[in-house]
Amino acid sequence: MINLFIGASIILTLLSFASLYRAIVGPTVADQVVAINMISTKITVIIILVALILGEKNYVDVALIYAMVSFITTISVAKYLERGKLF
Amino acid sequence: MEIIQTLLVVILLLGGVFFFSVGTLGLLRLPDVFTRLHATTKSDTLGTGLILLAAMVYLGIDIVVIKVFLILMFIWITNPTAAHIISKAVYDKEILEKKERSEDA
Repeated sequence: MINLFIGASIILTLLSFASLYRAIVGPTVADQVVAINMISTKITVIIILVALILGEKNYVDVALIYAMVSFITTISVAKYLERGKLF
Repeated sequence: MEIIQTLLVVILLLGGVFFFSVGTLGLLRLPDVFTRLHATTKSDTLGTGLILLAAMVYLGIDIVVIKVFLILMFIWITNPTAAHIISKAVYDKEILEKKERSEDA
């Protein structure tokens, strides 16, 4: 079953690189924000899969913190996009 | 029992990877911001749910399952919120620019 998790995480990594195309090229800034948001969701899932593969259950906490940080990043960039300032 | 667990993990994992692939395809192929948001948000959230459910089934009865469930709930709350805020920002900006253009004319 470990091989299955390894395969899934490899596929998710390839998909992250595919969405990196939109994050770099994307015609508007909003497209890039959408792409980065998607990549960070994938990274969260990959971290959990890595925790299962290595058998290190403490790594799950890393995924939780990563999810929180990426949420705050997305929110602040979107706010900046909307108003031209953060606060 | 072992066979049922393995089968469930395989099915959930394959479903999650499938939905992630569909979301990435939508991100790359669809024409503008709103359609891309439409494609990515839903498939991403569903794919995350399926893969984390697979992880929970794989772990069985364990304290870590609660943490994984917490992450799942967090992503289910934050992902739609982020999409809503991005689309609101883009929409408001476009409306504002349109209004300014019509006032100039």
